[in-house]
Amino acid sequence: MEKRAIKPLFTESSSPSARFIACLILSFLLISVDHQHQHPASLRAMLAVAVYPLQYAASLPVRLVDDLAQTLATRRALQGENEHLRGENTQLQARVLRFAALETENQRLRQLLDSSANRREDVAVAEILTVDSNPAQQQVIINKGSRSHLYVGQPIADAHGLLGQIIQVSPFTATALLVCDERHAVAVEVNRTGLRAVAVGAGESNELMLSFVPTNADIEVGDLITSSGLDNRFPPGYAVGTVTAISAVPGDQFAKISVQPSAQIGHTREVLIVWPERRVDAGASPP
Amino acid sequence: MISRLNWPGAIGISLLVALLLTAIPLPDWVQSWRPAWVAITVIYWCLAIPERIGVFVAWGIGLVLDVLHGSILGQHALGLATVGYIAVLYHQRIRVFPLVQQSLVVGSMVFFYLGGMSFIYNMLGSRHYGPEYLLGAVTSALLWPWAYIVLRDFRRKTVTSAR
Repeated sequence: MEKRAIKPLFTESSSPSARFIACLILSFLLISVDHQHQHPASLRAMLAVAVYPLQYAASLPVRLVDDLAQTLATRRALQGENEHLRGENTQLQARVLRFAALETENQRLRQLLDSSANRREDVAVAEILTVDSNPAQQQVIINKGSRSHLYVGQPIADAHGLLGQIIQVSPFTATALLVCDERHAVAVEVNRTGLRAVAVGAGESNELMLSFVPTNADIEVGDLITSSGLDNRFPPGYAVGTVTAISAVPGDQFAKISVQPSAQIGHTREVLIVWPERRVDAGASPP
Repeated sequence: MISRLNWPGAIGISLLVALLLTAIPLPDWVQSWRPAWVAITVIYWCLAIPERIGVFVAWGIGLVLDVLHGSILGQHALGLATVGYIAVLYHQRIRVFPLVQQSLVVGSMVFFYLGGMSFIYNMLGSRHYGPEYLLGAVTSALLWPWAYIVLRDFRRKTVTSAR
């Protein structure tokens, strides 16, 4: 069949070299346009819709294993888990009761002090569809997109802390950059002292670095780091991580501070999408 | 005879499977060993029917791969177009190689492809890709004989069954 196959080669109008050069030019054009963030957003969004079934299908095996594990779980284990969850729920509800009282008190005090009131946040739950297949790239794809009113720059969290922010949106999916990616930074403060800093991803999962903290700053291992909200992107008060190591580099005026993210990166399947201000068109999201 | 005109379908199915294998989540330590499935499939079709599958198709698939990876649009397209171009250019020579030699050639093609990808990542994305990113070339070379046989049988059943 190879002999037959060679024939039509010469009926082609352009040679492979000409096509290759055309592709080369097109690629460089696309790369430069995309790199400068003059996004060919519609093209990407269109392709992302086409790729969505693929991503969904790829996440199926993991889902299947999860479901299987749940189906095969013993009655006793389920009962145990149920009991545990009920206990936890009671505790949390008690805490919420106290929290509600504190919140109103806080708001009253803020009004007395004439400072801006705490804004209420809207939250919706989405599921992680795929984790990016490049090990060095800390980003995930979630199963909600612009149809659920997600937007670029939106913060996401999990039950334990801040997870990252959204960097690309297509109708059904969105790509989120995780806090531990090198390209990611959050304005944070130390919960104990109020010291402000910037937490930058270290590039490997489960580590952040605090930038521009002087060596003599009051900071200890175990300190809780929360978002400060000063970056006008992340809502204040979300846990970002805990300090795991502090070391002073001789000759450097800033300390090297490692932070372990509170969010359980790599363990969660559900993420919380946060609307920092109450948006008028956030109808798709539960309050 | 019936499936004579089925070649776009056959190619589509094989590429879909390759993209799926690329997207399936794996534990961290296996990640860097993941073969470049899509590149292997593109190389195969470029060698098998270069008059139909060539640079343009490879480029289009690269674009899909870019969206899948969330990388800069045009990056994998550039890589796959280059790989496809080399495969089309030398298809008559590579075809007659014994399988072992073929896998060496394919392995080195994937090596340069992955090298180019990590270079672009490092240059534009400020992400550091260590040399472990290139391990995929080793697994791709090891996988090539099997991929070749599977895809060849698949092609014989669909594309050229009318000969």
